[in-house]
Amino acid sequence: MELVPRVLGGDRRALARLISFIEDDGPAARAALAALYPHTGRAHIVGVTGAPGTGKSTLVNELAKALRAQSRSVGIVAVDPTSPFTGGALLGDRVRMRDLAGDPGIFIRSMATRGSLGGLAQTTGDVVKVLDAAGFEVVLVETVGVGQAEVDVARTAHTTVVVEAPGLGDEVQALKAGLLEIADVLVVNKADRPGAGQTARALEVTLDLGRNNRGEGDWRPPILKTVALDGTGVEEVLGAVADHRAYLRESGLWDRREQERVRVDLVRMLERELVGRLVERVGEDALEGWVEQIVARKVDVYTAVQTILKADPAGERAMSS
Amino acid sequence: MSERLRILIAKPGLDGHDRGAKVVARALRDAGMEVIYTGLRQTPEMIVEAALQEDVDAIGLSILSGAHMTLIPRVIEGLREAGLDQVRVFVGGIIPDEDVAALEELGVAAIFGPGTSTQVITDVVRRHLTGG
Repeated sequence: MELVPRVLGGDRRALARLISFIEDDGPAARAALAALYPHTGRAHIVGVTGAPGTGKSTLVNELAKALRAQSRSVGIVAVDPTSPFTGGALLGDRVRMRDLAGDPGIFIRSMATRGSLGGLAQTTGDVVKVLDAAGFEVVLVETVGVGQAEVDVARTAHTTVVVEAPGLGDEVQALKAGLLEIADVLVVNKADRPGAGQTARALEVTLDLGRNNRGEGDWRPPILKTVALDGTGVEEVLGAVADHRAYLRESGLWDRREQERVRVDLVRMLERELVGRLVERVGEDALEGWVEQIVARKVDVYTAVQTILKADPAGERAMSS
Repeated sequence: MSERLRILIAKPGLDGHDRGAKVVARALRDAGMEVIYTGLRQTPEMIVEAALQEDVDAIGLSILSGAHMTLIPRVIEGLREAGLDQVRVFVGGIIPDEDVAALEELGVAAIFGPGTSTQVITDVVRRHLTGG
């Protein structure tokens, strides 16, 4: 596939084309990803996540500007939701990233979730790999506006920045949120608004109650206040992100997280591949037959799965091993 | 369902509001397309760059200011220079009749004047992009 050498050579049009192929998930995309893989693993992947309206895009814009001031190249992947009803999507993150136009050291790509629920699109991780291989030193991944459980970004990114804003909820919300558990850096944006101090204190208390459910390391996420609109506090966030990177390297967590990520990737790919093959062998008609029987309460879904697998020699082998 | 249509909606120039552009963006989304919305005050260079990075099938330009005969040719020229000849360009806004022919001559796929229904816009865009 001739796109790969062009991507490695810095051709932005080829890069954009390849990302589209990956989003559409064809066989050509897999071949390209395979060819690019040896060139990955160099970028610092930084996730930016938080509830809708907390200022993620504006913060990403400011972080990218600050990184460019340090002459580091920046790839940005900004994810917005796909409509569950029409399949369409309105991707509006570029509105806040006007400042970054015209800079060859920056590449911005908007992605729709296309049905994925974890805050990223299913192919976001692969798109990040392409930007990594293309030589971007930092890749910023902005998730959709998330609630309490969309934590896929923590598996894609080395460093996860969770953005909060004043006035979004009390301490119990902070306690519930799976989002806080994935934070490596906590940002209270819109810090010029009333209640910012209170939000920061609530987060501080939550951290005091114990973190580390991930069972690794002793990094305590710093809580930083920003006003992303005018850039206040952004340097500090960038500093914390760099500190976290150094911490990951020194503690060996960088490698361990990489292993975790690769393991999840591998299992996920196996699942997709195996299920795809199985469904193909069983046949859509037979599958439809099972659906009808299950709906009619003639059989339950658990028994159906066991029966389908037993009837398929390869499936049975996979089960018994 | 793969190969989803991607379209960039931009407002070049110094227009003060983007109500119409937003309505169209929403309509195209509801028609199942992925719409990249860039907002106000885009230069032709910014639009071409965004079209390249986002690998879009089409660009929708909304212009109310009267600067269309300067801005649109610059976008089209920029697309050509960037090797994006295949990206279709649609224009919405207030375009006097005498300019319509000139813009079509330049390669604008379709022009939507005030009062065009969103249904017509999504139908025309889809027809141009899918050849159907």
